[in-house]
Amino acid sequence: MAGKRGNIIVRNHGKIERNVTLMAVLIAITISIGGLVEIVPLFTIKTTIEKVDGVRPYSPLELAGRNIYLREGCYTCHSQMIRPFRDEVLRYGPYSLAAESMFDHPFQWGSKRTGPDLARVGGKYSNAWHVQHMINPQSVEPGSVMPSYRHLMRPLKLKLIQAHLRANQAVGVPYTKAQVAAARGDLRAQADPEGEHDHDGLLKRYPKAVVADFDGNPAVLTEMDAVIAYMQILGRMVDFRKYKTKDLQQ
Amino acid sequence: MTTEREKDSVTGTETTGHEWDGIRELDTPPPSWLMWIFYLSIVFAAVYVVLYPAIPLGGSYTKGVLGYSSREALDVSMAQLRKAQGQYLVQINAKSPAEILKDPQLRTFAVRGGLVAFGDNCAACHNLGGTGRHAYPSLADDVWLWGGKPADIYATLKYGIRSGHDKTRTSAMLPFGTGQKMTEPQTADVAEYVLSLTKRSKDAAAVTRGAALYGRQCASCHGKSGGGDQKQGAPALNDQIWLYGGTKAEIIAQIVRPKMGVMPAWVDRLKDETLKMLSVYVHALGGGK
Ligand code: HEC
Ligand code: HEC
Ligand code: HEC
Repeated sequence: MAGKRGNIIVRNHGKIERNVTLMAVLIAITISIGGLVEIVPLFTIKTTIEKVDGVRPYSPLELAGRNIYLREGCYTCHSQMIRPFRDEVLRYGPYSLAAESMFDHPFQWGSKRTGPDLARVGGKYSNAWHVQHMINPQSVEPGSVMPSYRHLMRPLKLKLIQAHLRANQAVGVPYTKAQVAAARGDLRAQADPEGEHDHDGLLKRYPKAVVADFDGNPAVLTEMDAVIAYMQILGRMVDFRKYKTKDLQQ
Repeated sequence: MTTEREKDSVTGTETTGHEWDGIRELDTPPPSWLMWIFYLSIVFAAVYVVLYPAIPLGGSYTKGVLGYSSREALDVSMAQLRKAQGQYLVQINAKSPAEILKDPQLRTFAVRGGLVAFGDNCAACHNLGGTGRHAYPSLADDVWLWGGKPADIYATLKYGIRSGHDKTRTSAMLPFGTGQKMTEPQTADVAEYVLSLTKRSKDAAAVTRGAALYGRQCASCHGKSGGGDQKQGAPALNDQIWLYGGTKAEIIAQIVRPKMGVMPAWVDRLKDETLKMLSVYVHALGGGK
């Protein structure tokens, strides 16, 4: 297209290509423009988060469950993002808010729905159902292509939990000193409702946390306990009935 | 090395005017359909930016001439749906499940609506059509744990069973019924007695021994003759319908380590009208009282 008639850049391209310094300066300018367009909006990210009550950092057991969710790649088949469309809202419940994933690093919106969206799965099923489904999905849903996760019945590694909380702290999740200090105890307390634990403290630190012997085996704290604790809090932190569209203006 | 742009003699196209080790490159223009798509995309983008939300501005963003918001569009669409269902929904909200069942038109509407909600929320446990499976009761038969009247079903759905909700239906079978330990032979005798309630026992002596124990440890919930008690959600033991299986081994397992079914509360998840439609649907599955 561009010949001798071509525009100024094409005509002078030879100059740029032969002058390294000029080329470096122009590259720097180009990249900074791209960078600014991507980064500047992030400085105002707070304004994109709806003002709703109830969203809190995950309890240690929920966080451990979330880590397993990532490790096992559940997000490759499950989204956690209900879009504001009629069919989705009718099937799953209220559409997802940015506020709900403000403590998620990284967020689990996902982009693939081989299985259903999980953003509102908390409270939808009993713990016993989850255990049965995780061990043998086809026993509750004969046509399911979800694989068995029976290996999650192994003990949960407890040692690193405080480090996990601190790692989240480092990227901006507001865990308090007290929460980090109590993490080991809270981890056990949430999966052992009958045991001698500080359950009141746990529920004060993490309101609405589901305290239960999730996998039906109170003697061992398993990865299954953690994953189900995580499933049971999804979509339960915000009381959506309190908000209308205009309250959620970003 | 720069050379002059020149016409290539074979193709008749201009070269770029570069030469690398004697190789020159044709400057073939992109096909015009591609260029048109390119220009049209730019025009589309410009129009889009004017019409729709597009450019972030610090704490806000350009709202676009149309003022479109996907969330508001959803509100409009939901309102249209409600309008289309109009009178039906108004009446369903105003009436009790029992009254809805008496009105043929409303009943049909509710059963259809209930069917859809059942597939989304209940079938994972109760199976499609409410036929049930191990540990999850069939809702299509006329045997009920907690009652099969429309109002009973509605209350069960709303608050769940052992769901943790303040108003949940709840009860607990303790180990050996009352928590008072029985020896292994005693447990076997009681199980034999339970089998006799459905005429499946062949050991008359064990049944006689078990009867006394049953009266002491089981009858307060399951009834003197095994008819069950809906106030406590205690299943009848004198029918052929079993949650956890009716073999001797399964009965003994339930006596020693009782299983307790949990059904979630739906009042905070589903709209009241949906709960009513579900109650009508379950009632209409065939076993409603
Ligand atoms: C290969 C894809 C795949 C993977 C990986 C997968 N799932 Fe699923 N999941 C499905 C499908 C399909 C269904 C729907 C059928 C069923 O209920 O099994 C499902 C259903 C579910 C449900 C029930 C949702 C509902 O509302 O009914 C839960 C909970 C769930 N999966 C959790 C998990 C978790 C946790 C993991 C990771 C440990 C996981 N899934 C990994 C495919 C997958
Ligand atoms: C997590 C599994 C689960 C889901 C989901 C579930 N249920 Fe249930 N449901 C149960 C269990 C378990 C019982 C029996 C509880 C017991 O043992 O007393 C039950 C009992 C019932 C009963 C009482 C039956 C009787 O005999 O009295 C009704 C009615 C019922 N469910 C309807 C529903 C409807 C409608 C839905 C969907 C909105 C639903 N259930 C969803 C597990 C579930
Ligand atoms: C405090 C009340 C209570 C007492 C006492 C009691 N049960 Fe139960 N039993 C229940 C309840 C409630 C259930 C239903 C559990 C569920 O719905 O998950 C049940 C369930 C059962 C089942 C399972 C029924 C099925 O359909 O699979 C058997 C068998 C049973 N009980 C036997 C006994 C025997 C034998 C005794 C005496 C040793 C006994 N129960 C004492 C309340 C009681």
